[in-house]
Amino acid sequence: MNNHLFLPLIVPLMGAALAVLLGRRRTLARAVVLAVVLFSTGYGGWLLWLVSVAGRQATQASNWPAPFGISLVADLLGATMLFVSSLLMLGAVAYSLATIEADYEQHFYYPLLLLLLLGVSGAFLTGDLFNLYVWFEVLLMSSFGLLTLGGTRGQLVGGLKYVVLNLVGSTVFLIGGGMIYGLAGTLNMAHLGERLATLREPGLATAIAGLFLFAFGSKAAIAPLFFWLPESYHTPPPAVTAIFSGLMTKVGVYALYRVFGLVLANELARMAPLILALAGATMVLGVLGALAQTEMRRVLSFTIIAEVGYCVMGLGLASAAGLAAGLLFTAHVMIVKAGLLFLAGAIERSAGTGDLRKLGGMARREPVLATFWFLGMLSLAGVPPMSGFFGKLALLQAGVAQGQYVITGVAATVSLLIFLALLKIWNEVFWKKSYEDQSKLPRVSVAALAPGALLVVLSLVIGVAAGPISELSALAGAQALDLTGYAQATCGAGGCEAAMSELMK
Amino acid sequence: MTLILAISIGCLFAGAIYLMLRRSVVKLILGLLLLSHGVNLLIFTMGDGVRRGAPPIVDDAGLPPANVADPLVQALILTAIVISFGLTAFVLALAYRANQAVGSDDLNDMIE
Repeated sequence: MNNHLFLPLIVPLMGAALAVLLGRRRTLARAVVLAVVLFSTGYGGWLLWLVSVAGRQATQASNWPAPFGISLVADLLGATMLFVSSLLMLGAVAYSLATIEADYEQHFYYPLLLLLLLGVSGAFLTGDLFNLYVWFEVLLMSSFGLLTLGGTRGQLVGGLKYVVLNLVGSTVFLIGGGMIYGLAGTLNMAHLGERLATLREPGLATAIAGLFLFAFGSKAAIAPLFFWLPESYHTPPPAVTAIFSGLMTKVGVYALYRVFGLVLANELARMAPLILALAGATMVLGVLGALAQTEMRRVLSFTIIAEVGYCVMGLGLASAAGLAAGLLFTAHVMIVKAGLLFLAGAIERSAGTGDLRKLGGMARREPVLATFWFLGMLSLAGVPPMSGFFGKLALLQAGVAQGQYVITGVAATVSLLIFLALLKIWNEVFWKKSYEDQSKLPRVSVAALAPGALLVVLSLVIGVAAGPISELSALAGAQALDLTGYAQATCGAGGCEAAMSELMK
Repeated sequence: MTLILAISIGCLFAGAIYLMLRRSVVKLILGLLLLSHGVNLLIFTMGDGVRRGAPPIVDDAGLPPANVADPLVQALILTAIVISFGLTAFVLALAYRANQAVGSDDLNDMIE
């Protein structure tokens, strides 16, 4: 038994409850929150190390034997996502401690962050499809709270659209979950994969795969389901935008990887051209949107969409190499994008606006921040030795190796356009002279600069250590498609079907 | 039985989608409610009581007992009902606040 897998669920939950109880005693509540995210990050790193040396880890809730109960399974894909997410949450909490208004803190901002971490951790660890739905609801519920906490007009209107579209996506997920239970008679993902692989009439499985593609695609913001994202992402405080960009869409990407790689592997092969086409459309539409915007966080929101296209392209290649490259890119983009949004938030806070036309002269005013922004921008564009280069290189290599020249060409072109969109921010915010008198504006504090800067440094570290990290991601990609190994880890050496008939006797 | 359920589910989905395509926020939320009811019934039909006649419960001999409905779908539906109840409460509160901020129930007015 590896009951420690419950720790990343119990600790944030208890931490959130404690932080609510300690509401008035702000210092103590903050200390609890910081301790929880530090623990989660440490645990995530340890779990990733454990999974990479000892293979998949699994445990069963209430000791119900799999496949009857709910299993928690950590493989390299889940553990990597868990580690990176906890790391980003640590950054978000550190950034919030420096910047968030007292009003937010009084209205349970930190408990909501911890509940978001709880939902995300559960989604990455669960081995049960319906349980995945429940974790999605947990993380969505806290994201609704975080998004609308300020109660401004933009937040309420954007939040309403976000909530409604996500509810529709969740409902479709529920339909798919119900239908897959009717089809296969199980909800354990390993068991589902075994049963669906030997299905005699796969027509219904294709329909279910379509439902899941819609449900997870709307969460991941792929074309044509991304409209809620640019409506809502720029409205909350920068810390929330950064953590949403790092976690929310990427949980959708993770669910696509998990469900299509493991449960619906046959359908993945069948739907690969459609997924690739959607990935290409997502990249192009996202980057065109980014080029048309004139506000820092809006530009960055649209580039999130373009980057989701790259993540989904890894899935659409439908191979271990594709998934490995997709995972490497996803981890990289989570880190760098959150870093850039923290930096953009620091600028916005200091200058009082995120409008590109009004900003200017930041390279002279904040040279340190400008340096980190520049490095992060190079990373996102894919310039060596930053992490973005290796993520994109792996994707393009996998694309060329599998003869998918069209999507590879689109990905390479869009990459340049993303660079162009980021250069627009660079030119307007940092390079051009300011038209207004900025001498009275406050300087960016070290505490507000540090989280973003450290994430950019981390991207550089990933780039320098690209050898071992891409080996790890190659292993993760192979694991994500390896149903037999996953079933053995979940249900025992004979797989889930054998375990079930054994238990029935 | 399956036919009646199928027709009810179809009606719920049709009504839900019709309401959700209206411009009024209240009708949109009512549509979401109907949709969640439709899905709950859909999950119900997926249970073995309706379709396969074999609940995931076995007696000591490893055989499904007679006259027992599939308890798993009911547990799933219960979970889904609780979640949709909580979410509906939140959406209603959010719609009320948005209505106050915008001064209109029309989605076309809800632009920035």
